[in-house]
Amino acid sequence: MSNILTVLIFFPLIAAIFGFMVNQKSIRVYGITVAAAEFLLSLWLWASFDASNPGMQFVEHLDLIPEFGISYFLGVDGISLFIVIMSTLMTLIGIIALSVKEDVKNMIITLLFLEVAMIGVFVSLDAILFYVFWEFSLVPMLYIIGAWGGNLRLYASIKFFIYTFAGSLVMLVGMLYLAFVFHATTGHWSFALTDWYALILPFDVQTYLFWAFFLGFAIKVPMFPFHTWLPYAHGQAPTVGSVILAAVLLKMGTYGFVRFSLPLFPDASVAYIVPVAILAIIMIIYTAMVAYAQKDIKQVIAYSSISHMGVIIIGTFAMNTEGIAGSVFLMLSHGIVSGALFLLVGVIYDRRHTKLMSEFGGLAKSMPNFAVIFGVMTMAAVGLPLTIGFIGEYLSLAGFFKVSPFMTILAGSSIILGAAYMLRALKNTFFGPITKPENENLPDLDAKELTALIPLVAIVIWLGVYPKPVLGPIDTTTKALVQMMHEKAQTKEAKKTILVSKKAKEAK
Amino acid sequence: MAPISIDFTTLNLGTLSPMLITLLGALVILCIDLFKSNLDKTLYVTLTILTLFIALGATLSLDINQRGLFNTILIDGVSILGQVLILAGSMLFIPLALTKRKFHDFSYPEFFALFLFMVFGFQFMAASDNLILIFVGLETASLSLYTLIAMHNTKLAHEAAIKYFTMGAMAAGFFAMGAAAIYGVTGSVELATVAKIFQSKFSEPEIMVPIIGGALLMVVAIGFKISLIPFHMWTPDTYEGASAPMAGYMSIVPKVAMMVVAMRLFGMYIELDITIIKYTIIVLAIITTTLANMMALVQKDVKRMLAYSSISHAGFVLVALALDTTKGYSSIFMYYGLFMFTNLGAFTMLWVSRHKYNIHHDRFHHPYEKFAGMIKRAPISAVIMAIFMLSLAGVPPFSLFWGKLYVLSAVVDSGYYTVAIILALNSAIAVYYYLKLIIYMFLKPEDLAQGKVTYANRAFSLEVVIGLAALATAASIFYVEPLMQYITRLLSASGF
Repeated sequence: MSNILTVLIFFPLIAAIFGFMVNQKSIRVYGITVAAAEFLLSLWLWASFDASNPGMQFVEHLDLIPEFGISYFLGVDGISLFIVIMSTLMTLIGIIALSVKEDVKNMIITLLFLEVAMIGVFVSLDAILFYVFWEFSLVPMLYIIGAWGGNLRLYASIKFFIYTFAGSLVMLVGMLYLAFVFHATTGHWSFALTDWYALILPFDVQTYLFWAFFLGFAIKVPMFPFHTWLPYAHGQAPTVGSVILAAVLLKMGTYGFVRFSLPLFPDASVAYIVPVAILAIIMIIYTAMVAYAQKDIKQVIAYSSISHMGVIIIGTFAMNTEGIAGSVFLMLSHGIVSGALFLLVGVIYDRRHTKLMSEFGGLAKSMPNFAVIFGVMTMAAVGLPLTIGFIGEYLSLAGFFKVSPFMTILAGSSIILGAAYMLRALKNTFFGPITKPENENLPDLDAKELTALIPLVAIVIWLGVYPKPVLGPIDTTTKALVQMMHEKAQTKEAKKTILVSKKAKEAK
Repeated sequence: MAPISIDFTTLNLGTLSPMLITLLGALVILCIDLFKSNLDKTLYVTLTILTLFIALGATLSLDINQRGLFNTILIDGVSILGQVLILAGSMLFIPLALTKRKFHDFSYPEFFALFLFMVFGFQFMAASDNLILIFVGLETASLSLYTLIAMHNTKLAHEAAIKYFTMGAMAAGFFAMGAAAIYGVTGSVELATVAKIFQSKFSEPEIMVPIIGGALLMVVAIGFKISLIPFHMWTPDTYEGASAPMAGYMSIVPKVAMMVVAMRLFGMYIELDITIIKYTIIVLAIITTTLANMMALVQKDVKRMLAYSSISHAGFVLVALALDTTKGYSSIFMYYGLFMFTNLGAFTMLWVSRHKYNIHHDRFHHPYEKFAGMIKRAPISAVIMAIFMLSLAGVPPFSLFWGKLYVLSAVVDSGYYTVAIILALNSAIAVYYYLKLIIYMFLKPEDLAQGKVTYANRAFSLEVVIGLAALATAASIFYVEPLMQYITRLLSASGF
């Protein structure tokens, strides 16, 4: 099936539209079936993916506005393939574990619309198409937070929308400028990324564009100091909203760095490694400390999620194969682990309608299965070897070690700090005596929750022990990406930074 | 003195045909009323649409780049596009008269005759580069428009009409003074000749004072009509007092007509490299979008919000005018073409929910609270209204996103990066007040004390208009390309 990407994008769209006709009582089964079919389609994509080919595969091209160079241009490579699969997986799991009681139908339809936008972002190779999906993803998320959220839901949803919208508008101006430069150089308009990759831009142009795109992506990640929308969004969003937000929507930002910033502006990216890394380190340490101070268990996970996004940024800006491949892998593991943790918090919230750690304690006695899965996910979040969290974090930090050992040590504190706040949360919630009588007879995970969580546990351990099936294609594509950046780089500094790592790789 | 011989070919009456058809239609309506009274408004609405339809056909069949009526009428790309937008906009707004509730204004046949006279005036403004003819067209259109607003016959409508009239009269005064200043320097009122004489006089000492002075008087006049800040004070009150169809109409058609005049006039100054005019326009445009956005944030009534929003959109577009590039001019027409459908839809949505008397609020017809919880009661209307709001906010893939894209791209191409970023960030401010309505409709519980939105005014023709507007807004990607091609072809054919 050569047009599988189009099918992946439009299948959920059509399913969402037909969803309006399905009866409220049967909508959950409909949602699960559609999401499962979409997940299987994405697995099919993986099966027919040629792992040895580093370039774009399943490319589709159709002119939309030829005069202005805007086209419907799709493709997938080793970097985007697994993010797409993760998006379909997390949507499926989110729908399976859905615990929303009212307006289930609207929720499922909204999630399917969101899935369209998510897949669209990760497979678009045309900047305007990318932007269209990127902006469109805000609308369903606004609705999910605003309609099913907590008390401050309206504030949280507007803050989320406006913050991201403002950043991406600046990015849009950047895109238009880049297209203009392309027009001035080649004489025709194009927004196709593959065309843009061929451009070699002067350093000052790269600088402006780098920061324009940076603003758009950094707000989405969210990087310090643009992170303030995220705790509100997580705090107010329903469980499924947090799962999708943490697992997939945040990855749009880091994916943007890998897809746009690095290959388009290699010199500027190298030149601004230090400021970006400082922001990332502040983000890692500061949010980890904030996470330690939280009383609400969901906020702990929200801040820990921001903290780990900092490691992804560090890995991306290592500018070498290990770092970038590691950060892409970390995007996947962060998606799965933080998604699972938000699901787990949702489980106790559904039972007790509170998220305060002081309300719990000793849950391991009453909910043993829950405690085990939470423990596994905590270990993965902390980055314990043989779990999925270790590989990405290790590779990212190892990659950045070649750039600056000192900063890597600071960034590596994420592992220690992470262990501190996560284990504290684990201890307060699950161990010790049961202090509240309500907690004594809490029911353990039911079949629905187990169905959602067990696959995630399996993936966490499988990819922790044997990451090659996933890491292999990522590595192939990343090598080609680094190679291209090296060839494009003009400043000595950039040549050196990007080259060193390549040699090191060959020496291995 | 030699006798002036008039060659019939220089009269070239074909260039006048679209306006003459509109005029004739108006006279026919008046005559019908003379012979038989008590005819239903449906007859007049249909006749108006048919007249406009024929006029539109005549406009589209005009050959490009010709002059007529003793060289006072100029048919170039701008005037054809301007007339097409004016006629199409009028055709789309006039069916809104066919409401379920009876409103005072539409029960008079004079309303429709005046409407056509107004369109006639706007067509003249778009189709001439003679300052006197533009002035005549402007006054014909404005005097009709004041009356049309007042015919709504509520207290607020009278206030609106008088406010608009006072401000409009002042603007006309400024226009006359500006034209006089230009005439004083050049001895001509034809812009083509004016440009040449300006050019030849640049070497004269202190010539810039009258040139720039005249231009600034024109900026004030045009600023009043396209409601630039600080000349915007009449806009929100006038929109609020006028009926929703008239308010929506005012946000599009008169502005398009004035935009065309501005293109001719300021285009001339900018082409002559008088940079102060260029920067004045850019600064005014930025002030207009930014302040209008701020003021829209605090409005309590959706119609007033839309009034400020249309001021802000006008400022956004005006930046493209100062660029003097083909892309800039094309993006203006593109923007107004797309904006027309979205605003048509938004104002019609207000119109269908309009009651004869305020039942929701002591002052406003459309307070935000009225729309609370609309998704529960009228899900399809809520979704359609949300599409219009998202389009106004510039969220892709809805139509105004493409308009914004073209304008921003034109600005970036001309090298005004800071301006482009200011405009982009303005869109981020603007998104708040559009989202506010969406949040009321989708996320707030119904407030029973406020009374419900009921579609008291709903009628089949209004539903058709809304459906058309929604379709044009949602499926814009399919016609953006041909539309842009058409606009660019016409504009580049006449050297813009």
